[in-house]
This record gives sequence, C-alpha cells and structure tokens, in this order.
Amino acid sequence: MATPLVVSEVFKSFTMHLRDGIKLPVVNDVNFSVASGECVVLGGPSGIGKSSILKMLYGNYAVDAGQILVDHKDRIVDIAHADPRTILDVRRHTLGYVSQFLRTVPRVAALDVVAEPLVARGTDSTEAKDKAAELLAKLNLPRELWGLPPATFSGGEQQRINIARGFITSHRILLLDEPTASLDAVNRRVVVEMIAEKKREGVALLGIFHDEEVREAVADRILDVMQFSPRKAKAA
Amino acid sequence: MTDLATYNFAYLDEQTKRMIRRAILKAIAIPGYQVPFASREMPMPYGWGTGGVQVTAAIIGPEDVLKVIDQGADDTTNAVSIRAFFQKVANVAVTTHTKDATIIQTRHRIPEQKLGAGQVLVYQVPIPEPLRFLEPRETETRKMHALEEYGLMHVKLYEDIARHGRISTTYAYPVKVAGRYVMDPSPTPKFDNPKMHMSEALQLFGAGREKRIYAVPPYTEVVSLDFEDHPFEIQKFEQPCALCGAQGVYLDEVVLDDKGGRMFVCSDTDHCEDRREHGHAGEMLAPNKEAAE
Amino acid sequence: MTDTPLLKVSGVSKFYGSRIGCKDVSFELWPGEVLAIVGESGSGKTTLLNCLSTRLMPTTGSIEYRMRDGNFRDLYHMSEAERRFLMRTDWGFVHQNPADGLRMTVSAGANVGERLMAIGDRHYGNIRETASDWLTRVEISTDRIDDQPRAFSGGMRQRLQIARNLVTGPRLVFMDEPTGGLDVSVQARLLDLVRGLVNDLGLSAIVVTHDLAVARLLSHRMMVMKDGHVIEHGLTDRVLDDPREPYTQLLVSSILQV
Repeated sequence: MATPLVVSEVFKSFTMHLRDGIKLPVVNDVNFSVASGECVVLGGPSGIGKSSILKMLYGNYAVDAGQILVDHKDRIVDIAHADPRTILDVRRHTLGYVSQFLRTVPRVAALDVVAEPLVARGTDSTEAKDKAAELLAKLNLPRELWGLPPATFSGGEQQRINIARGFITSHRILLLDEPTASLDAVNRRVVVEMIAEKKREGVALLGIFHDEEVREAVADRILDVMQFSPRKAKAA
Repeated sequence: MTDLATYNFAYLDEQTKRMIRRAILKAIAIPGYQVPFASREMPMPYGWGTGGVQVTAAIIGPEDVLKVIDQGADDTTNAVSIRAFFQKVANVAVTTHTKDATIIQTRHRIPEQKLGAGQVLVYQVPIPEPLRFLEPRETETRKMHALEEYGLMHVKLYEDIARHGRISTTYAYPVKVAGRYVMDPSPTPKFDNPKMHMSEALQLFGAGREKRIYAVPPYTEVVSLDFEDHPFEIQKFEQPCALCGAQGVYLDEVVLDDKGGRMFVCSDTDHCEDRREHGHAGEMLAPNKEAAE
Repeated sequence: MTDTPLLKVSGVSKFYGSRIGCKDVSFELWPGEVLAIVGESGSGKTTLLNCLSTRLMPTTGSIEYRMRDGNFRDLYHMSEAERRFLMRTDWGFVHQNPADGLRMTVSAGANVGERLMAIGDRHYGNIRETASDWLTRVEISTDRIDDQPRAFSGGMRQRLQIARNLVTGPRLVFMDEPTGGLDVSVQARLLDLVRGLVNDLGLSAIVVTHDLAVARLLSHRMMVMKDGHVIEHGLTDRVLDDPREPYTQLLVSSILQV
C-alpha cells in the first residue's frame, strides 16, 4: 500500500520575541506516516499540539527541524523546506484541509465557495458547481442558502460548507481539524459516511476528532500526540 | 525713409535674425517639431502676433511683397498695424492680393487662393503644444513627442464624440506632419487643414510668448487625426457667400441688426473682392442685386 | 505550473546618499502569483515598488522581466521608449490616490480607452464598447461612462483606475496601498473585486500595503520590510500564522480584532 504522507523527526517551538524571547516548545521528534485508504486520528488532551501538527503539514507553521514528505505529482516534496510556490501547488493538487472555521470571503455565494478548489484545478465551472450542489445536498444545507454568501450563516451551516469545500476535490491527502464539532447527529453521520467513501477511494486522512462516536467510526488508528510532547516527562 | 535710419532693417538686429533663422532651418529640417528660440520683446503685446512678426522680420528682404491677414481680412486692426509696422521698419512693398505676395503673415486663415512655390505663409501661434489640453506638464509632453506617444490626442477626439456625437473640434485641429510629429496648426479653422497637405508654399509657425518655432516644408504630408468610424470632415456651409456667391469657401457670419438679421460672407476678403471684380455677385450685394436676378 | 518566472529581482539596493532606501532585495515572481510587500511607513516598501516598476532607478542590482516573446530583458537596460511601452501595455500601476492614476478631467470612458488609443486603436465604436465592458466588470454602471471621475466616489474612482490599467490585458500589476483612503465597507468590496479579477485573469501582482488583512486576502506570498531590509519572506499564511521575526510578531500582534 502506498504511503503518501511521511512525517520524520519534526521539531516545533515558538519563540515569543515580544515576551523577552521565551521559547515555547510545541512538539519534539514527531514521527508517523499515513497510508492510502487509512484514517489516522490524532489523540491526546487539548493544548498538546494536535492542531499545530496539522498546520505544519499544511505549511501554515514553519518547522524547526525534520521533514514532512508528501507524494506530489509522482515526486516527493518536503513541505518543511519547500518554497511557497511549491506549497501552493501541493495544496492545489495533493493536500486538502478542512479547518474548524470557515474563512469567509465577502460577496461570494456558498455554492461558489465550495466549487472554488475544483475551479482552481482547472475544472469547468458548471461541472464544479454541479458537484458542489451534490455535496451541499448530501450535507442537508437548505437549498435557499446556496446562492448567499456564508458570512451570516450559523456555525453548523458554515461548517458544512467548509466540509463540502474540503471534500469536493480528489486530493490524495486530506487533513481534518474537527470537522464535526458543531454538527448535529444526522450530519455527523453524513460526514462519517463521506470519510468512509474517501477511504475507499484510497485517500490518506489525518484528523482531529473530539467527538468519541465519530472517532470510533472513522479511525483506523489513533496516534497519541502525548508521545511527542516536550512536557511528557512532567505530565507522566 | 528717414525713419529707417533709427532702426535696423526689419526692426530686429542681425544677430537676433540669425538666431531665428537657425531655429527656422531646424524646424524645416524636422517638420512639425517645436524648436525653442529666444523670443524677443516686440513693440506690441503678446497675443498680437509677436511670434509671427519675429519670423517675418527674420525672413523678409527688401524685394519681398508682404500681405497680412487677420481672420482672413486685410483690413482689421491687427492686420493693418502689422502691415504698417513692416512698411515703416523695412520699407517693403505690401499687397492685399494673395497671388502677388511673397510672404503672407496670418492669424487664422489660409487664403482661399491656392498658394504656389516660392510663397511663405507665416502663422501667429498662441499655444503651440497640442497635447497641453490633457497633459499640462511640459516635461511630459516633450517626452511624449520624443517617443511618439500620441494616444492622448485621440482621447481629446474621443471626448468630443462622447459629448457631442461627432468630433466637434473646429479649429486648432491636430494634424500629424510627415508621419511623425503631431502639430497644432494654430487657431485656423479645420476647414483649412486640407490646404496644408502637400502645399507648394513653405509654412512657418511662430509662437512669441511660448518661444517656439515650427514648420511644414513644401510638399509635406499633413494628415488630420480622426477615428475610422468618425473620419475627419471639414465644415460645410448651406448657402454661398452673400456678396460674391462663392461656394466651398469659409464664411463669416455678420449680424446685421438686432432682429435676427444676418448674412454669411467670405472670410477671405481679398478672394471675395477679386470675385466681385470679375462679375460674381451674391444675393445681398446691394448695387448688383437687380442685375443678378 | 509554469517553469519560468515572470520577474527576476537580484540584489536590488537603492541609496539616497548614505541613507538606505532598500537594501539587497532578491526574489522571483511567477505567473499568476500575488506578492505582498508589507511594513510600516518608511520601511522602504514604496522605494522597492518604485524600483521594480521602473519609476526609480536602483543604485545596484538587476531586475529582469520576461517579455511576451519569452526573452528576459533587464528593465534598466531597455530604452525609455520600450520601458514606457511596457508600462502602458503589459503592466499596470494602481496608485493609492486614484487622482494620480486617472485623468480627472476626461470621462470615465476615455480614461479606460486611453491605453487602447495609445497602442493604436482607432475605432471609436470598438473603444467605447471595450470601455463599457470594463466598467461593468469593475461594477460601475455604464450610464456613468461619460461622467468625469471628479463626480465619482473614492471607491468608484479606485475601481475606474483598476479598469483603466487592466484594459490592455497586462500580465503584471503593481498596486500601492490600493485600499488606502477608503471606508472599510468600500475596501472589502474593492478587495473582493481585485481578488476575483486577479484569479480570473491569471495576473501576477505586487501589492504594497501596511494592512495585513489586505495581504492575507490578496496575496500568496509575503515580504516583510523594515529599515530597507526584507526581514521575513514566505507563504502569506505562514508569515501571518507563525511569524518568526520580532518585528513581524509585533506587526501581527498589532492587528485589531473585530
């Protein structure tokens, strides 16, 4: 089985220059990999660095040391050292991300927000909108909202748009940061089914799920982030 | 003429004439290009033709025959004054007949009678820079001429059409000279623009206040700017000259009373008189009115 | 993903006497990429922008641009005529104050049409049609086509300036604080419009701003300047989410949260 994501000996800390340069270690010596068709869930108490790991993988956080290797267009790209242009290309074609919060853009309709990642990859806009509509219907977003900009939507509605936007492409790797946090039971089950479908398609998934029921349903393996914590000695 | 002893021939001293002639030669060598020159104070205010007078003074010789027109007329104040000036300071022969003149100084018109080789037309120019209307910076307009960036000229014509449905610029209508420089033909009506094209006469332009001289040598291409779908057109007059019956000439409107009475007559007085002498008559030419009908 | 950058900047410095304007700046800009240059007033970002856009000759360094024929040319080894031609065809420059980039006394239509006329378009009907199409794209009602920008609001003027720049289909657009003097709501509309146009047209852009929210919304990549030096450079998300340099952290922590 292919392994499109490998994380090796990654260290991360924050240096707070505004507070006399104190150094806050986040994670040390992170090592793991995610295989195709596998869903790995990051576990451990909050504040242990789960979100930070996802952000490093997506390129939002810099890395002090180590490698984040992604199988991108038949070559291996090290996200930890890639230039911005390569990272953007990896995001466009290989690495998807469903964040906790939707960063809304004024005046863009929900349907277009969802279709955008497909359009960015060169898909015809009608085709992209059809696919977006299909996903929004599946996630039970009321049809009358599709044409409106999501800025004024409720948390759950925004969350579903975010999920649809993340799931619309066929990225080989998908990062999920609590995608079900503000969803009701019905929609949670829809998301669980969508994740299962991605797995069947051979997508490598890495996520954070606080909801135990969802976690049980989707996780092939739980990776305890505590083992990478610089504070683990104290905590143990 | 005893007066002549107190002046150098044609008023200007020889060094000044030499400087102006050099500017004129340069202007002829680069058709349409505005050559700076050290414009002198003249015994008349700016705006009365100081540029034209300096050019005329620099080229006139004792054998020349001078004609001066203002708005096409030989008998207006400005034309009479300038003509008298050169009679006094150069003692040259003067005429009102276009065909007899070797030098014609003009403020607005090009005579209706076709000019021939050997004649020189001297224009008095108030604003030599055609681009100034939209670009007030002199440094920038000079650069635009140098780099042949003339898109702005069409912006002005575009504005005309957008506002009036047609190119409404009727005088100082911009032309391109010899395929290179865009030039302001001074405040002549655009009716006269076609006469500049391939003219057999030398055309010299003097701007006294702005200290510029430019020229169109004989047999030079002069093209009025336009759009493909709004081609250059000259004014057309509905009726002929009321005095001489001429058609296809430029007419002035003359108000006759305060009840709306008016007449249209030739702006070129010499042309009009010449036609009348040859028996042509318009409908308002009083003595000949019955005879004509 | 094309394999050739559009702009190659290497070792660009500008000194004003012994004072540094900007020092030793190098980067490459790729087709379709939006680069934000951020920093406070006096940090050298406008000096750099002027050097890049041929408005100010750098003291040292080279700036090469890939022309439409695919060949790289050093901007400061071109003739002035070529540079100016480039500026009004393949490039755009959006000034902070629209009055600096517009002709305030000619109509909106002529403002947009000027570049077309400058490259030899001589058909009034076509020029007007193109101008009207561009006014629509920047959300200015076409019944304002014969009005002068003097009669426009600040936001409309800025949108008109953008249309005027984009009408010749440039490949590179420079923007100097494009949302500078605008109300917040007007800013949002303009940013969204610029974002959409940049995406649709595949433009490359270099945007100078002191507003990090503008940089976040518009740019892919970001350079942070201080005292004439580029102190931090990277993916916009990364610079804003994980600023490394003390000054960048100060900038990011100074953003007002609503």
